[in-house]
Amino acid sequence: MTIAPAEGVVTLPDDPFSPANIADPCPMLTRLREAGPVTWLEKCGAYAVAGFEEVYEVLTDFETYCSSGGLGPRDIREDAGWRPPSILESDPPIHTVMRRALTGVINPATVRPLRERFTGPAEEIADELVARREFDVVKDLAEKYPLRVFPDAVGIPQEGRENLLPYGNMVFNAFGPQNEIFDLAFAHADEHSAAILRNCARENLDDTGFGARIWDRVQDGLITAEQAALLVRALLSAGVDTTVFGIGNTLACLARSPRAWAALREDPSLAKFAVDEALRLESPFQKFHRTTTAPGVLGGVHIPAGAKVLLFIGAANRDPRKWGANADTYDLDRQASGHVAFGMGLHQCVGQPIARLEIELVLKALAARVDTIELTGEPVPLTHNVLRGFASLPVRVTPRS
Amino acid sequence: MGGLSARADRRGVGASTREVIAERVDRIADGVVSLVLVTPDGSPFQPWEPGAHIDVHLGDQYVRQYSLCSSPDDLSHLRVAVLDVPGSRGGSRWIHGNVRPGDTLEISEPRNNFPVRDSRKYLFLAGGIGITPIIPMIERAAEAGKDWRLVYGGRSRGSMAFAEQLVGTYGDRVDVVAEDERGRMDLAGVLALPRAHMLVYACGPGGMLRAVEDLCMGWPPGSLHTERFAATALGPGSVAEPFEVELARSGKTVSVPTDRTILEAVEDVGVRVLSSCRQGLCGTCETTVVSGEPEHRDAVLTQDDQDGGATMMICVSRAAAGCGRLVLDL
Ligand code: FES
Repeated sequence: MTIAPAEGVVTLPDDPFSPANIADPCPMLTRLREAGPVTWLEKCGAYAVAGFEEVYEVLTDFETYCSSGGLGPRDIREDAGWRPPSILESDPPIHTVMRRALTGVINPATVRPLRERFTGPAEEIADELVARREFDVVKDLAEKYPLRVFPDAVGIPQEGRENLLPYGNMVFNAFGPQNEIFDLAFAHADEHSAAILRNCARENLDDTGFGARIWDRVQDGLITAEQAALLVRALLSAGVDTTVFGIGNTLACLARSPRAWAALREDPSLAKFAVDEALRLESPFQKFHRTTTAPGVLGGVHIPAGAKVLLFIGAANRDPRKWGANADTYDLDRQASGHVAFGMGLHQCVGQPIARLEIELVLKALAARVDTIELTGEPVPLTHNVLRGFASLPVRVTPRS
Repeated sequence: MGGLSARADRRGVGASTREVIAERVDRIADGVVSLVLVTPDGSPFQPWEPGAHIDVHLGDQYVRQYSLCSSPDDLSHLRVAVLDVPGSRGGSRWIHGNVRPGDTLEISEPRNNFPVRDSRKYLFLAGGIGITPIIPMIERAAEAGKDWRLVYGGRSRGSMAFAEQLVGTYGDRVDVVAEDERGRMDLAGVLALPRAHMLVYACGPGGMLRAVEDLCMGWPPGSLHTERFAATALGPGSVAEPFEVELARSGKTVSVPTDRTILEAVEDVGVRVLSSCRQGLCGTCETTVVSGEPEHRDAVLTQDDQDGGATMMICVSRAAAGCGRLVLDL
């Protein structure tokens, strides 16, 4: 379906999926916000929502801005997606039982015991990296650590774990248009999808992980076997990439802000704040779509029913109206909680406590061992339709004296 | 009635109490009496917000907390409704047996552990005497022209305080589900479809609240707010006491009055603690306990962790009775 822009809305020529805007999105995000909280992107055929207040409204009004149209630019109800819709791509009441099952399994009380299990690996990796002095945060830490701890927590077999990152890369890139980036991510799609699907089956999950607990809810009669498999798939697709990017982006912020690193080194209990502020400033999940179910007014703009709105999480989390004049600065003293990096409301990331725990433990392990951390070269941004992160982030650390 | 006012010696700092007169004592439903309380000199009570409760000091040993069900717009009196739980020790039984019109009682100022957040829509769920805190909430929501609905369950109409008045005043917005007529409240049906911008306020027995909590896991995080009235029927000595918290790392000591949380008290002196839900649900404010015994009120720690007492959620948990001082790693 083609939707014409509503009358009076500011039309912008920007393409958020162009290579230049992907490599350095901030100038475009500022342009969008300054043109108005809601604008029309003619290249995308979608409304851009870039103001914090308006992004928050879309996220919390899940009746008007639905998810079953898919998080990508196409309406997957009219034009089937590349896989059966996930919990992220569903609305109540289907979403409700799935969310209930997942939240019952992954919540602060069930994640809390992981702290002990997750600490050892973080310290081991930190020991090894500090001994080396120079390393690549992305390859040697951000990609390594989540893959060491997270698959075990879900309970998937060793075999096939190498598909987790490529599969996550497919899932998230598909929230953008079918461009070259998409095609590259999908080059070996069948192989990765098949491997992930195998890991979602009950017989391939160990008895102790989150995966098995999700399948328990089939016995309870809450969800179907298909839904259980979809939920495990959701965990495996959403639980790795975003955390990898979260770790990389947090360390990028700290490597560029020696004062913040010094404060963290002095007081490791600041780690939680450091994580929140980094997630705000360099939000890993930058943008995704919703579809309107009814005509409405947002940020003063009339939006018709059936329109795609593209939410710019990264713009909202840097909106000076919400965060003040220094919104573009990494500020450890800021009250960053309330950012929308994990979404908000009905679809708010269920794995959030796990991601936060992983990033916090990495920071604490490094802060205990490292005096200073500095970049040894320009970080290389990763080319990705909707996630923001680095392909490489070379650093040098000095061990604590 | 003698002995009630002789508790002045046990009053702690911040646990200010006052004498009131039970102006009216009425049986308003099977096993439920309503007390209308006024000040001896007719002066108005302190302002309070929907969801607030008062401590009522009973005889020599008991303190019970009762939600206010009068109107926060009318401070000339306070009203509580008390269910007589047969076989229960003391407490409510005592009120039913002893309080007569004209008697003097000792109460605390109104305090609020169950405040109502602003939202566009509300769903109120009440089980039995759990209707009491909901009544002022409804009044406020109706005044503000909010979109709201009440589902109120109980054993029989005769046992359900205020049922008739609520239907009379608010009509279709109120659904009274008497078990002997229609069976139990269909909570799964009521909560099957999450609504945007709708908050759920639920008060009732533990079984009902557990069911509501489970069903609301499919709702947006933070939608549900509950008060367990069973848990607030504290035993002897469990009166909410003020206490002190020593912050080991920042070297400060703060006092935590009965109407503040540790988190609030700590924030007041400028010490930063990350918090999110502020309801004991998310685990964000978890803090290491250096010494002292916490009384846990969160839903994150396991029983073992709670018994261990090495850590606590300072947005809701407090110092245990008799432990006047906690030392925290802050
Ligand atoms: S802030 Fe959520 S448990 Fe305390």
